[in-house]
Amino acid sequence: MTTQVLAAGQRPRKRTVKSPFGWIVWAAVIFFFINLFAVVAAVVVNSFGTQWFDTWLPSGWTLNYYATAWQSYQLSNILVVTVQVALTVVVVSLVIGAPAAYVLARRNFPGKKLLMLCFLLPIMVPPITYGIPLATLLYQLHLGGTLAGVLIANIVPAIPFVILVLTPFIEQIDPNIESAARMCGARTWQVLLRILMPLIIPGLLAAALLVLVQTVALFEMTFLVSGPGSQTLVVALYYAVFASGIRPAQAISAMAVIYMLTTLVVLVIALRYVSPTQMVAQVREPSEH
Amino acid sequence: MPKATFSELRLEGVTRAFAKSVALSDLSLTVKNGEFVALLGPSGCGKSTALNCLAGLLPLSAGTISLDDRRVDTLAPERRGFGMVFQNYALFPHLSVRRNVAFGLQMHKTPKAEIARRVDAALNLVQLSAHGNKHPSQLSGGQQQRVAIARAVVMEPQVVLMDEPLSNLDAKLRHEMRGEMQRLHRELGLTTVYVTHDQEEALSLADRLVVLHDGRVQQIGKPEEVYLRPVNTFVADFMGYRNLLAMTADGEGAGGDLHVSGLGMSLTARHPIAGDARGAVTVAIRPDDLVVGEVEGNRIDVLVQSVEYLGKDFELEVQTEQGARLFLRTSEHLSIGQRVTIGVRPDRVMVYS
Amino acid sequence: MTAAVSKGARPSLRHRLADRGFDRILLLVLPALTFMLVLFFYPAVYGGVLSFQPLGGKGGPFGDYAKFFGDPYMRESIWNTFRIALPAALFNVLAAIPIAVRMRGRVRGKRTMNTLLVVPISLGTVLVSEGLLTYLGPRGWLNRTLMGLGIIHQPIQLVHNMWGVIISLIITGFPFAFLLTLSYISGINPKMEEAASTLGAGPWKRFRYVTLPLLAPGLAITFCLTFVLAFAVFPSAVLLGNPAGDSHVLAVAAANAAFQQYDYPMASAISVITAVFELLVVALVLALRSRLYSGSTAGGKG
Ligand SMILES: Nc1ncnc2c1ncn2[C@@H]1O[C@H](COP(=O)(O)OP(=O)(O)OP(=O)(O)O)[C@@H](O)[C@H]1O
Ligand SMILES: [Mg+2]
Repeated sequence: MTTQVLAAGQRPRKRTVKSPFGWIVWAAVIFFFINLFAVVAAVVVNSFGTQWFDTWLPSGWTLNYYATAWQSYQLSNILVVTVQVALTVVVVSLVIGAPAAYVLARRNFPGKKLLMLCFLLPIMVPPITYGIPLATLLYQLHLGGTLAGVLIANIVPAIPFVILVLTPFIEQIDPNIESAARMCGARTWQVLLRILMPLIIPGLLAAALLVLVQTVALFEMTFLVSGPGSQTLVVALYYAVFASGIRPAQAISAMAVIYMLTTLVVLVIALRYVSPTQMVAQVREPSEH
Repeated sequence: MPKATFSELRLEGVTRAFAKSVALSDLSLTVKNGEFVALLGPSGCGKSTALNCLAGLLPLSAGTISLDDRRVDTLAPERRGFGMVFQNYALFPHLSVRRNVAFGLQMHKTPKAEIARRVDAALNLVQLSAHGNKHPSQLSGGQQQRVAIARAVVMEPQVVLMDEPLSNLDAKLRHEMRGEMQRLHRELGLTTVYVTHDQEEALSLADRLVVLHDGRVQQIGKPEEVYLRPVNTFVADFMGYRNLLAMTADGEGAGGDLHVSGLGMSLTARHPIAGDARGAVTVAIRPDDLVVGEVEGNRIDVLVQSVEYLGKDFELEVQTEQGARLFLRTSEHLSIGQRVTIGVRPDRVMVYS
Repeated sequence: MTAAVSKGARPSLRHRLADRGFDRILLLVLPALTFMLVLFFYPAVYGGVLSFQPLGGKGGPFGDYAKFFGDPYMRESIWNTFRIALPAALFNVLAAIPIAVRMRGRVRGKRTMNTLLVVPISLGTVLVSEGLLTYLGPRGWLNRTLMGLGIIHQPIQLVHNMWGVIISLIITGFPFAFLLTLSYISGINPKMEEAASTLGAGPWKRFRYVTLPLLAPGLAITFCLTFVLAFAVFPSAVLLGNPAGDSHVLAVAAANAAFQQYDYPMASAISVITAVFELLVVALVLALRSRLYSGSTAGGKG
């Protein structure tokens, strides 16, 4: 903490570009961002356009397609499902994942590497490879197409995620603090609840937000398991794009914009508490710890 | 929690092995109620292991720990009713000083009013009453140390365990806190097991010392016993007998004196530890027991090799004619290259076979 | 005394177990482990077993595998997947290196840039595909610009073939690779490069002989994770590629088998094949990585 404060206070000079190498790098970055911006802008512009054929911009502007999209795709239902799924997945995966992360951070035992691998494998294989058999099973259990099924399928990749984020977080908390609590007479659950919990709240928050972002964007698992009433926004968007031609392209774009806004809201909240690098860097060392 | 009292804390054959190595072997020790015992030894000798075994934070590989006739080594740490002060304090960073100290009392469901009263008393005792609402990160090292002590003693535990509590402090503060510790022990009369690698700290605080080496007890005794009559070369070395000399013993002389010679020296030792030894022995002498001038027939002729000024006195490195190096401390100002005669009282010459 | 002895004998076993790390705390791992066993490993094993039970028992236990490898169109999907995933993953990692090297330390605009880079990752492939369909289309802004600049005279075909898929993998995968590489490179103590420069090494030599070797293990992980993302490509292959032609990747083949032909054994067989090929590449990269230096990159005291 103190070092950060110092660093901010001192404000050492930031580097600016000078060398040709630097220019090339910046040019590449800017090129990337222009394209990225154009991709997003194309969706947004299309969603507001009345007609857009062989021109730079649509011939007229309208908001009508948002109404069309909202009604014809039943977006209110889909949004409710998305929020339900995302929040439930966050809570359940934290409740299940955090205790496991504690064990992995604190204990050494034969077979720990194997256990770690168990939790890493779901991240290391394409979701569709275990998603299809999982979906088959869920359909056999009559959970296919239901909200419960969608929840279960989304929790599977979320738990490893929580474990990966929290384990290093718990590792850096001095185990002597727990010993000290025990010496004060605290039982195991009291140590976990009254000492450890408050100390890892930032980690829990980071894990929760990362799972939230991931679940909103995770396509495969929901795609494989969901039915008409249990689609999340990404899956609904996929089907809309897949079946383009049935409805006006602008309505699809309008739906995409709504999806984008949802994601961005979650992202903006997340970025208040976790750094951009953290969003990808929890899986830094899959073969260790 | 009923306030149990006891008359003896007994460790019998306490052993702790990690995967391959034995960190502590066969520690047997009886601590009387109210006693201050220090575990002393170099880094890695198993002091923390011993303390953690006592606390219950590490399971024993063998042996028993009991309070009078009640076995406690099978109890979980939170059931033993011991208090502990950790080397790095291990304060709860998210709780204020007051709540750190109150934590143990809350765990034992002490009534609120009593908690407040006892926390106040404990903070008063460690002179931190003004800092009760601060968080640990807002305190200096010495203050944090005192919070850790207050947190342990507020429970009035049957036994307080302290793991190098002063080792993270600077020299001045360490000295100050040593006084504090003494005062606390005097005022509260708590049975204390205190781990340190600093012999001065151990000598000044403890009623009894336990010197460990490689997980084994070397000597248990009162500070002056350990200081004046270390039982073996290891303890001697650790207690500052810097001159360890390989010499030859000629057997017992008149009045129980032992005569040793070699390296161009010939010395008389009174009450030698080794008893009636003959042949190769190790002779141990503290630098400050060597004095300039012959003492009771013990004389060594030496050449001054180096002089180090230590403020109060000088530390000299000298060499005998046969090339043996000796260290001595003296307040006399000698210069390099000077030839002098030094001596040592026969009862300050330790001989080990 | 007998009571004390028997009391002493029981805990000693418990202590011995606790000593090796087995105690009650370990039970905390059970919910997560159970969950994974039931919902990841059991389905995986179930799928594996199912893949050896073709519909109607045709062709014995290996019937579906024989059918897959015997059918050129199906077999081709392996090649298609690699042809899309490998270049995309390699490009992402290779492009990430110089940019991450440039962006290490304090650079103006870095935080903004990183924040913007998270956007495509969180948007996901479905949305990026939808955007690219418009942007890369024959009348999209890209073709318009290129024609306006006189670089091309005909619109180039970038959607409904594998190029669209690769581009979508770059848009979502490059930020991922970059941020990961950046986090690795920030973990390398810059003092080491400074030390190298006092020994007379220029920028290139410093990179080649100091930074790169220290970064290599991290790059291996980055490549693996980027490759896993690319290998799993599904929505963009369907929406943006030509899922019946050159973007008929393994995931598409598996999904088709499951949801169009309702041939779950075949779908499972394809899943197994996908997992095996993917894990082979990951294992190969990790094996290479284990031969690299993989210790601390912090370089002694702070
Ligand atoms: N968890 C462990 N696993 C394996 N060996 C250990 C473990 N803890 C301690 N040891 C070993 O046991 C021996 C004694 O360690 P211990 O921590 O008791 O030393 P110490 O006397 O407290 O040292 P210090 O003064 O440095 O704190 C050491 O050799 C150490 O390497
Ligand atoms: Mg220690």
